[in-house]
Amino acid sequence: MTRSIVVVSAGLANPSSTRLLADQLATATDLALRGHGDAADIIVIELRELAHPLADHLLTGFASGALAEAIETVRHADGLIAVTPVFAASYSGLFKMFFEVLEQDLLRGKPILLAATAGTARHSLVLEHAMRPLFSYLRAITVPTAVFAATEDFGGTGSGAFTERIATAAGELADLVLGSRRAVPSDPFEDVTPFDQLLKG
Amino acid sequence: MHFGIFTVGDVTTDPTTGYTPSEHERIKNTVTIAKKAEEIGLDVVAFGQHHNPPFAASSPTTTMAYVAAQTERILLSTATTLITTTDPVRIAEDYAQLQHLADGRVDLMLGRGNTGPVYPWFGKDIRDGIPLAVENYALLRRLWDEDVVTWEGKFRTPLQGFTSTPRPLDGVPPFVWHGSIRSPEIAEQAAYYGDGFFSNHIFWPASHTKQMVALYRRRFEHYGHGTADQAIVGLGGQVYMAKNSQDAIAEFRPYFDVAPVYGHGPSLEDFMQQTPLTVGSPQQVIERTLGFRDYVGDYQRQLFLMDHAGLPLTTVLKQLDLLGSEVVPVLRKEFAALRGPGVPDAPTHESLLAARQTEPVAV
Repeated sequence: MTRSIVVVSAGLANPSSTRLLADQLATATDLALRGHGDAADIIVIELRELAHPLADHLLTGFASGALAEAIETVRHADGLIAVTPVFAASYSGLFKMFFEVLEQDLLRGKPILLAATAGTARHSLVLEHAMRPLFSYLRAITVPTAVFAATEDFGGTGSGAFTERIATAAGELADLVLGSRRAVPSDPFEDVTPFDQLLKG
Repeated sequence: MHFGIFTVGDVTTDPTTGYTPSEHERIKNTVTIAKKAEEIGLDVVAFGQHHNPPFAASSPTTTMAYVAAQTERILLSTATTLITTTDPVRIAEDYAQLQHLADGRVDLMLGRGNTGPVYPWFGKDIRDGIPLAVENYALLRRLWDEDVVTWEGKFRTPLQGFTSTPRPLDGVPPFVWHGSIRSPEIAEQAAYYGDGFFSNHIFWPASHTKQMVALYRRRFEHYGHGTADQAIVGLGGQVYMAKNSQDAIAEFRPYFDVAPVYGHGPSLEDFMQQTPLTVGSPQQVIERTLGFRDYVGDYQRQLFLMDHAGLPLTTVLKQLDLLGSEVVPVLRKEFAALRGPGVPDAPTHESLLAARQTEPVAV
């Protein structure tokens, strides 16, 4: 069975270390799912490409074009991988904007792997102090192991442990995805509350 | 089919001149615009209700009575009457009184409002928006339909043996439209009562409108008021016209770019593509408007927003001249030709009275 794994990457540069980390997490998740006889259908959402529609959404209240498609992609995801650069002691503004425009409950019960990048390891607690509360608020199920990559993690002596951490986190995401019921998005325009019930208050 | 305009009554600075009309001027301009709407042959003019700046439109029935006294034919409606924060007893009384003064040329559109603090200012809680709309309207219906009402609910003081006066003109309450952008509960409410459903339509993608109207039509049939295509649907529209479409775009762009609702956001071109806004020649407006029917079916009322974003009165009146002379006559003819058999007209006082008189009388 194929599981839809949606990667949300808020990297701004091209190439971006945020995207690099996102890709490694996605590949590791696919590998973990394959270990269980499943596979990942990986879809990447690059928030940079949605910067203008996101700003428009703040002002008009609706999602247009590619942003509307990205929201639908997230709605139908079995699991998410969310990766942001650290800016000014938190996730980037662009990253937050995307999760702000999702309607209430869209992430409820969805497994999500959290990851962040920065120049040095000094920012690593952004994962626990900023990202995890955001997704707890959104009622997503966060993977216990979150992954932080400083520039030095992409090479050097510690990179073995870093690869291991990626595998651990991806394995936990795969387990949650396999263990969760595929969420069926409800459609308020199909499953309408009968008026008698509304009248009862 | 009814064609008309709706106004929110905002006091907005004209971005091309920096001129801001006074409240007095805006209120008088609204009356001038309403009288112009009758003069150019429109069927309806609808007024807003707001309780905060920059709006100068807190008392729609006052304005409507004043306009009624100075017009002969045009139907007066609202866009919208706040059913959440206005006491339903006052709505029952005010609109019945207005019906008498205007000889039945009145209907109304209910809405929940969009400014959070209005709820606490009127002693309500915004989280009760839908329950307020449901309970208040249920009471409003009884106050109009029954001479003596004993009632108890959650949101206002109980009524014991209360008669709302004056009684509706000829015993026929004004026709009610329910307006909403995205709340399925309101489409359900309109369907339950067999009332009209109005989709604001402008400012948002047509897909929202399509979804809401489809829900309303399906449930209208479910509740036994007729077939889905007999449900009573109204739509908003927003246009700016010039003979030459490039002129229309050049003239409207400075207003669009800083407009209160969508300004500083998408480009005019993107917004025209994403929403029903049409800026162009009268022919383009005709084609776009006829296209609304493709996703909502045959509908009964088309209202245009013509006077927002700081457009000066002279411009609005010129726009209305174009609307009345070049657009609406063609739309009337074309919509009538396309209309399916058995699709009813929008109800009026006369049609509701006639329907009542042909109903079998219970003995």
